[in-house]
Amino acid sequence: MMASASDRSPQPPRPGPGSGGPPQPARPDPWEDAALIAALFAVDPAGLGGVCLRALPGPVRDQWLADTRELLPPETPRRKIPLHVSDGRLLGGLDLTATLRAGRPVAEHGLFAEAHGGVLELAMAERVRGSPVSYLCSALDTGEVVLERDGIALRSPARVGVIALDEGSNEDEQVADALLDRLAFLIDLSPIAVREMGDVPYSVADVTAARGRLSEVSISADQVNAICETALALGIPSLRTSLHTMRAARVAAALDGDLVVTDAQVSLAARLVMAPRATMLPYAPPESEPEPPPPEPPPPDQEGESETNQEQRQDPLADQVLDATKAAIPTDLLDRLRLGQLRRAKVRSTGKSGQVQQANMRGRPAGVRRGDLRPGDRLNLIETLRAAAPWQRVRRAERERGQTQTQMTATGTPGGATRARPRTLPVPNLAPRVEVRKDDFRIQRYKHRSETTAIFIVDASGSSALHRLGEAKGAVELLLADCYVRRDRVALVAFRGKTAELLLPPTRSLVRTKRCLADLPGGGGTPLASGIEAGLALADAVKRRGGTPLLVLLTDGRGNVARNGQGGRAQAGEEALTCARLVRAAGVAAMVVDTSPHPHPQAKALAEAMDATYMPLPHADAGRLNAAVKAKAGL
Amino acid sequence: MPVPFPFSAIVGQEEMKLALLIGAVDSRIGGVLVFGDRGTGKSTAIRALAALLPKMRVVADCRYGCDPEAEVGVLCAECRVRHNGTPFKTKQVPVPVVDLPLGATEDRVIGALDLEMALTRGEKAFEPGLLARAHRGFLYIDEVNLLEDHLVDALLDVAASGENLVEREGLSVRHPARFVLIGSGNPEEGELRPQLLDRFGLSVEVRTPQDLATRVQVVRLRDEFERNPEAFTEKWKRKDAKVRKRITDAQALLPAIEVPDHTLEQASRLCMALGTDGLRGELTLIRAARALAALDGDTSVGVPHLRKLAAPALRHRLRRDPLDESGSTARVDRVVQELFPA
Repeated sequence: MMASASDRSPQPPRPGPGSGGPPQPARPDPWEDAALIAALFAVDPAGLGGVCLRALPGPVRDQWLADTRELLPPETPRRKIPLHVSDGRLLGGLDLTATLRAGRPVAEHGLFAEAHGGVLELAMAERVRGSPVSYLCSALDTGEVVLERDGIALRSPARVGVIALDEGSNEDEQVADALLDRLAFLIDLSPIAVREMGDVPYSVADVTAARGRLSEVSISADQVNAICETALALGIPSLRTSLHTMRAARVAAALDGDLVVTDAQVSLAARLVMAPRATMLPYAPPESEPEPPPPEPPPPDQEGESETNQEQRQDPLADQVLDATKAAIPTDLLDRLRLGQLRRAKVRSTGKSGQVQQANMRGRPAGVRRGDLRPGDRLNLIETLRAAAPWQRVRRAERERGQTQTQMTATGTPGGATRARPRTLPVPNLAPRVEVRKDDFRIQRYKHRSETTAIFIVDASGSSALHRLGEAKGAVELLLADCYVRRDRVALVAFRGKTAELLLPPTRSLVRTKRCLADLPGGGGTPLASGIEAGLALADAVKRRGGTPLLVLLTDGRGNVARNGQGGRAQAGEEALTCARLVRAAGVAAMVVDTSPHPHPQAKALAEAMDATYMPLPHADAGRLNAAVKAKAGL
Repeated sequence: MPVPFPFSAIVGQEEMKLALLIGAVDSRIGGVLVFGDRGTGKSTAIRALAALLPKMRVVADCRYGCDPEAEVGVLCAECRVRHNGTPFKTKQVPVPVVDLPLGATEDRVIGALDLEMALTRGEKAFEPGLLARAHRGFLYIDEVNLLEDHLVDALLDVAASGENLVEREGLSVRHPARFVLIGSGNPEEGELRPQLLDRFGLSVEVRTPQDLATRVQVVRLRDEFERNPEAFTEKWKRKDAKVRKRITDAQALLPAIEVPDHTLEQASRLCMALGTDGLRGELTLIRAARALAALDGDTSVGVPHLRKLAAPALRHRLRRDPLDESGSTARVDRVVQELFPA
């Protein structure tokens, strides 16, 4: 063993060859941390859940992955989950070829079961949503896969560690929260340059030795206390993070050859696991106090809370752990938090292929069609067999004839004289009991109702009086209450000051709506064009996911801030009209609700440019707005 | 199969644990819904309950696990044939707790043509699904809010009638399927359809503990368990046995528990004040209160029982008011405070 894991607490970055940049004291070197994480993960993949690796494909990521592979014992199974993996391949299911050959259901193991005791790599993790994520989460939670599908019930162990390859190029795309919560480490490799990479200071032998030691490593009550306190102080609500930190501390000790966790190892674990998840800085001044994430109490309590945290903390170890973690918290925490909220707003799309697949797999079963079995289709086995049934006698006869001919060729007895002989041959034992041909395949069809998403674009500027904002909020809530019964959705974009903001992503959740709406502020300039643009982008995303968007613009039509954030009524008005024409070009249904006290020609012109329904509502109230939207959407 | 975390070692989350115990005592409660934050031990508690439940007696060789003491009307078709005056052969089995995985297909849930029989012998036979396996036990749906709609429809139908009727693939089968639905989920990821919401008897909300002491305890116990599951389970065995005895005692006591008229009146007043739709809320409240009295060893149901269960029995039945900022729990608590001042 070379250097100990805990020696690698914050230290100045190694001066790489030719690095002439400004020194960053006390900030840990990102590659060293990443290498350390690789070693920790290799020791206990299933216990730590896994690593979310944020990086574009490239030499740095390849190097990290290669290093990690080197560290894992050679017999460790490794599987890669591609994007758009089928449920059957992931979980296991009916092995169709074998089933048809054997004449009885044959189960095949999925990727989870195959990777038992090893590592699963999740490709393009930022795009994986829905069922694969829940399967992953349940496998990580229970360590096994329970299968109930295609007439098969199967239970197989699946203790795996996950490497989620997050290729998100910006903050809009990120790995699903439910999955992130179950992975101990988040690494961002993107700021690391190729020349900054070093070696991993551990070998497979170290990892194997550490594995043997791990179950004996003990951690003291004070250290657990310090970990939990740090989690509270950094606003990390999930208990899994605390558990992961503790586990990482024990793994670090095992890797160092210790049987008792040292305080330095606790600090190290806290830094590696907790720092990327911090949602608040313990001593931040109130004005820069970030908006808390959903599970947190509302902002007014925040100040008081961090004070009490401060008072509670008398434990010097907790302070030490917290300081170590704080040093590693990304400097742009506040920006990221703001973006984090926006991020929820953005709709992710997995492109066209995802959409088609979804249409094939979701909804109520609605009959079958015949055709080729393409990826993403689900074979309806019963209908297929039913289609094959009438032909069995014919096909069997055909096959027997075919086999006879082959045999005859093989034995070299040509001629028609031996025609009677095949009847005595015991052929059927080798042959499939049911002969299914390609023509028989019946594919399950699903009826999938395209859902309507009403996108409200609300003018929250100073010129729109504040109570209009209140009415728009009310209308969104009313509509949502109606919509969620029908599984339709609502989204909210607001514009004020210099930019537009997506306050509420398309949702049916009353819980989230209330939370987002409560925070909607008002006042400032009117960046009308930005608002329309943001709404249109969202509408486009909704369309690509197979939904039907409806834009509802609430404004007085008097834009005075251009898209570049500069003031100027003329340019702003021109840009707003241009954006409005884009809406018409995109063919998105729209309506403009004029909120000014007296109907205004500008809003009407805007509506015409958009090809939208124009509704002057000098005294727009929530009930009428709701009725109008419902009429327009044909709900 | 991995060892489940012991039920008695779950820290806090009292409301959830109580609701699960009530479901175990009286299966007619109509299911328990557990909604809340991530990492709060929802799944853990439900799997722990499975390991805890006392065994039950079933008809030997019955595919559906019929109750030998049940009336003829609720037996499956095969047991009706077997039932010819002589007592059934019986055996003891653990109470089933069946997981309904998110990707389960409809045929596995409600049952379907037995493919093996069809393919090998050309016989038309019925292969029971998850609903049959869950008969007299629990059906657990994690992330119930993400379940496909057509599955939810099938479940609702069976849960309401206590009987699964299969008419597909040329089969016509009817078998009993009485189970307690247990659903868990995170409301941030999507809401539950109101029709399904109402089917659940009790609904509990779980939150991440915010005080340091509880969090430390959770983390330490969990760590101890993960390092040596067997030893840990052994350590908590006696406490788990106590909980099991509490359940069996309560089951025995349940038929004898009285509900005085005064309590019934109070329950009605409570439901009227809250404006809950239909009678289901009132029935569930009384039924759950009886189970609670049985668990506590009381012989009659009083206002304290109602107070304790008002929120889990009624909070998900309030008419939605999107403009009311306070949550439904707060609304129930407010009315309870008004009607039954402490």
